[in-house]
Amino acid sequence: MRQRYGSLILDTTIRLLVPFYLIYGVYALVHGHYSPGGGFQAGVVLGASIIMVNMVQGDSVTWGVSKQTAVLVASIGTFIYAGIGIAAMIWGGNYLDYGVLPFRGIEPEVRALGTLGIETGVTLGVAGTFIVIFNLLIGREE
Amino acid sequence: MANIIAGFLVTAGIFFLIVGAIGLVRLPDFYTRLHAAGLCDTLGLLLTLAGLMVYQGLNLTSLKILIIAMFILLANPTATHTLFRAAYRAGLKPRGEG
Repeated sequence: MRQRYGSLILDTTIRLLVPFYLIYGVYALVHGHYSPGGGFQAGVVLGASIIMVNMVQGDSVTWGVSKQTAVLVASIGTFIYAGIGIAAMIWGGNYLDYGVLPFRGIEPEVRALGTLGIETGVTLGVAGTFIVIFNLLIGREE
Repeated sequence: MANIIAGFLVTAGIFFLIVGAIGLVRLPDFYTRLHAAGLCDTLGLLLTLAGLMVYQGLNLTSLKILIIAMFILLANPTATHTLFRAAYRAGLKPRGEG
């Protein structure tokens, strides 16, 4: 949104809530093995919080996430996902076979670490893609 | 004893939710319908969650329910306010003003 939409009430509530949204996004990412959550949900929460700040406070406050930056973040997420998969192929396993990655520890730990890396890539990709979709929907050109 | 208090709170919450639903159907206008939905939903959900907290006792789950209740207490009236504001700025007149 080019000009800000928010009233005083909306502005104050956003200021109170957005830090908790960001923390909850990271929580959903790193706690996704044990409880509902995971990479996609964490990415949706992170992207939606940035979109919400943008909608309420206007174009002057976008936290530096321009159109190019959003595309870059989405590409980095996809690159992390595919890179971990191909790294497993380089170390002699199948695609996305985390067990063969050269980390210290027993195999379930290595697999958990690989899953966390994959989920981080998914989070970045989804957050960036959501911001790109939002920018396209409101017709922002830069 | 805790179960009785929890049942009373959940029943009160469901009562307010039903009142909100009836108001959503029966009231004549966008603004009045939003009035019914926003206020009654907030109070009903808060009472229901308070009942669940009493039923659960004092542990991590009730702490999570408390966080959800705080979130609803902040976010639900704000969402109602935003809907009101968007409708008013889009030019929707209240009933009886033309």
